[in-house]
Amino acid sequence: MAISKDEVIHIAKLACLNLSEQEIEGYTKDMQEILEFANRINKVNTDGLNETIAANEKCNVLRKDEVLNFANRELLLQNAPSQDEGMFRIPKVLN
Amino acid sequence: MELYEYTVHELVEMLEKGQTTSEEITKSYFDRIKEIDPKVKAYVSTLEDEAIAKAKKVDEDRKAGKPVSKFAGIPIGIKDNMCITGTKTTCSSKMLENFVAPYDATVIEKLNKEDLVYLGKLNMDEFAMGSSTEHSAFFPTKNPWDLDRVPGGSSGGSAAAVAADIAPWTLGSDTGGSIRQPASLCGVVGLKPTYGLVSRYGLVAFASSLDQIGPLTKDVTDAAMLLNLIAGHDEKDSTSIDLGEKDYTKALVNDVKGMRIGIPKEYLGEGINEEVKQAILDVAKKYEEMGAIVEDCSFEVGQYATSVYYIIADAEASSNLGRFDGIRYGYRSEKYDNLKDIYKNSRSEGFGPEVKRRIMIGTYVLSSGYYDAYYKKAQKVRTVIKNAYDELFGKYDLLLTPTSPTTAFKMGEKSNNPLEMYLADICTVPVNIGGVPAINVPCSLDSQGMPIGFQLIGKSFDEETILRAAYSYEQNTNFRQNKPTFKGGNS
Amino acid sequence: MAREDYEIVIGLEVHCELSTKTKIFCSCSTEFGGEPNTHCCPICMAMPGTLPVLNEKVVEYAVKAGLATNCSIEKNSKNDRKNYFYPDNPKSYQISQFDKPLCYDGHVTIETEDGEKEIRIERIHIEEDAGKLNHDEYGRGSFVDLNRAGVPLIEVVSKPDMRSAKEVESYMRKLKSIFEYIEISDCKMQEGSLRADVNVSVRKKGASEFGTRTEMKNMNSFRSIVRAIEYEAERQIEEIEAGNKITQETLRWDDVSGRTFSMRDKEDAQDYRYFPEPDLVALKVSDEYIENIRKSLPELPESRRKRYIEEYELTEKAANFVTGSKYYSILFEESIKVCNNPKTVGNLIMSDIARILNEREEEPEDLKFGGSELGELVILIDKGTISSAIAKKVLEELFNEVKMPSKIIEEKGWIQISDEGAIKEVVMKILENNPQSIVDYKAGKDRALGFLVGQAMKETRGKANPQMLNKMFLDELNK
Repeated sequence: MAISKDEVIHIAKLACLNLSEQEIEGYTKDMQEILEFANRINKVNTDGLNETIAANEKCNVLRKDEVLNFANRELLLQNAPSQDEGMFRIPKVLN
Repeated sequence: MELYEYTVHELVEMLEKGQTTSEEITKSYFDRIKEIDPKVKAYVSTLEDEAIAKAKKVDEDRKAGKPVSKFAGIPIGIKDNMCITGTKTTCSSKMLENFVAPYDATVIEKLNKEDLVYLGKLNMDEFAMGSSTEHSAFFPTKNPWDLDRVPGGSSGGSAAAVAADIAPWTLGSDTGGSIRQPASLCGVVGLKPTYGLVSRYGLVAFASSLDQIGPLTKDVTDAAMLLNLIAGHDEKDSTSIDLGEKDYTKALVNDVKGMRIGIPKEYLGEGINEEVKQAILDVAKKYEEMGAIVEDCSFEVGQYATSVYYIIADAEASSNLGRFDGIRYGYRSEKYDNLKDIYKNSRSEGFGPEVKRRIMIGTYVLSSGYYDAYYKKAQKVRTVIKNAYDELFGKYDLLLTPTSPTTAFKMGEKSNNPLEMYLADICTVPVNIGGVPAINVPCSLDSQGMPIGFQLIGKSFDEETILRAAYSYEQNTNFRQNKPTFKGGNS
Repeated sequence: MAREDYEIVIGLEVHCELSTKTKIFCSCSTEFGGEPNTHCCPICMAMPGTLPVLNEKVVEYAVKAGLATNCSIEKNSKNDRKNYFYPDNPKSYQISQFDKPLCYDGHVTIETEDGEKEIRIERIHIEEDAGKLNHDEYGRGSFVDLNRAGVPLIEVVSKPDMRSAKEVESYMRKLKSIFEYIEISDCKMQEGSLRADVNVSVRKKGASEFGTRTEMKNMNSFRSIVRAIEYEAERQIEEIEAGNKITQETLRWDDVSGRTFSMRDKEDAQDYRYFPEPDLVALKVSDEYIENIRKSLPELPESRRKRYIEEYELTEKAANFVTGSKYYSILFEESIKVCNNPKTVGNLIMSDIARILNEREEEPEDLKFGGSELGELVILIDKGTISSAIAKKVLEELFNEVKMPSKIIEEKGWIQISDEGAIKEVVMKILENNPQSIVDYKAGKDRALGFLVGQAMKETRGKANPQMLNKMFLDELNK
């Protein structure tokens, strides 16, 4: 199944990436190749098999409902590109 | 013999006997780093002041007779995708170039308890996506055996540092071979533990269901010791397994009599370099001499593992890397006047081409209309691969394969063809898909003088058998006589 | 075609914040409010390398909700990632549930004019709440506060079974009261802990196909939900009547202008790329676990309703009303312990207390006084110490300040006059001052009696025992 330029543009939108014309060209070609390679899995018979969800069969890993506050806002905000009044600042968005 | 040439278990002994101090060891490493790293470029950042201070403190405690861990004051290098509070964790990406971690990874907490000394953070392919460390956003790391060749990847910095004696041991992470393949190309020991044995908390995620942290060391004994330090259940990682206390050094026994080793013929076929193939057959012969039962076997479905891998790993990555949006941390583009631009421009300028390629593929295979054909099918084939391993390990204690189909390739040789680069992982990827443990052990040099390594694959949570076999091989051979030459590098 | 030829079809996605101490995937407090980003840690701030661990209480509460709404419980459940970029969604994926929700196929019963109606529940799943965006009026931008990010939610998805705004309100009220009874949420709508996405479509009566629906997100008051539905249905009908098509879209209801607005910015290219959350493991629920929770459930509104009718002989109406809120129901049961007069208590709650709450724009959970106060009030009425007129005034007082009614009427001097002599005095005085009324009465105008009683009430500022007044006037007039 061939992947079109428009699909690549759509995928870039979903992934929040700006691609230059030439990147789109390049990725279209690369993705085509890689996905063809990926398609080989269809040669494997998987009838009646469940998909693996996690790499091991653990289940029900649960945490007690006990508060443990991190209590160091500075440490959490120190990497913010723009902050104000203890909040992350972004351009105005209407909601 | 210089301090930086010793293995960790030798240094531990010397510290216990008072023959040296942590400060001496640490300083000898920084002197060595200053001399060698400009050529090898293994470190993204070094932590000299903190390290020396810590070393002095440990030495004082030792002198004062305070109870200290036997590893207290031993230096270590950390792949730059593990968080250490207050230090930069960049994943070799422009996106995190200035990111200072606000917390410690669980493996770091464990090393802190033992008072290890951090030399610095090690270079890698951006966000661990690659097999050559050429995809680092900062600079490529060179192979100490030939500076014109790649060290492998993505933990290229971690492997090159150990090979070049600019770290006694290091931590790497392995999603599809990122510990074992560079270990093989640099001639060091590299262990990928069973998925769930080592906590992933604080390891910047590439592919959540495949990532594992593991040791890169000069020999198998050091690997067992470092595994002791980092393994164990962690409540912060839902996928981590509780096996209770284990001492992997107990597995270091020079005896493989009766051990059943299978050699999947698929990994001695096409695509595998002739010299590598021969080296693996020699290793097999050696094991037979040592009393193991070596048999050919088949792992047919393994040939699909790489396809499965690039679907699952990229799908998970496309989601895991969504958090890099230029809002709370990381790179924010200068060019924006609305929210969408912050997202799009920051991500487009902050991620390198390979990372974007993977995000694109991962987004594609998860997008509506393709999910079942790719992701869901891949997860089913993954089940087939797991079952195939179960079947093989019903017959064999270990599987023996090459770690890499070739020895270290030249810089730039594959970097322009993603698919070819992906094939560098064909021997290592199935192991992550199955979640089983595997080790790279260096065994010989090819005609170019480049290291060849073999891979031993074991049952889930049976690291002991792997370590025992690897240790026995090491005890009956002498690869460590060879030393990197640092040739080339003028081109 | 006219308005009444159309049928409105409504389905709800109700989001309910669970009242756990900690967030769903980390140990941060869920407390409402607090300085921005102070109930946060590296995990709920989506710092690189962090991992989620599921809070056991979230599973317990969700299963409770499922059992209380007649759902089946999924024995092999799991969490999934819902991928989308928005500043209040720090990981750029929300951990939710896709194809294996914890609860499915349930229903609740609501009361409508034409009797009981079953509203089917398609599924209840667990997920994490988003953070908050604050906007400042100086246009300096928007500000991200992640205190709420990771607070546990259940999403209750109904079938499109509702046909009027009224039905939607009683369905929401029913869910609210159930969740209050089983104590999984404080359901404070003004704090957003109970809110709904409302899907509205219209179709010609008798049509089998559904119309195109529009969705109004995050509605958090009964009033605006009702208004929004009525407005939106009206709008859709007008569009159709005008020969236009309805476009499926997300709308924002604006309470001030009373209109809905399109939110195109959120519309483009939604493809959530759900896939199983690889950082979490499977969630297997055992029969034993389910049974233990079932046993722990308190008596639910349904059975209380029946019990109130049988045991206490409340009318259908009163029983529905009182059990409609856990807080009414508690007030009722505490009060009758004190006064043993269910009828009067029921009526006071249904009429006066509800009325006053309404006037004050408060909800039953805001009631400050309890059974001991209301119970005593009813005793005072029964003993004839106060008239029902006074009782209303006492209630008003109770809303302002919680005090024992006996104390209130004593302080206000509202005790009813039931003393023969005192009443006689008043009666004579009024008759003396109103000779014309006597003439009128004798002339057969019964209204005159009412007038005289009213005068006497005025004279005693409502404290005279009305029955006694009546009797005495009659005696005098018929002499």
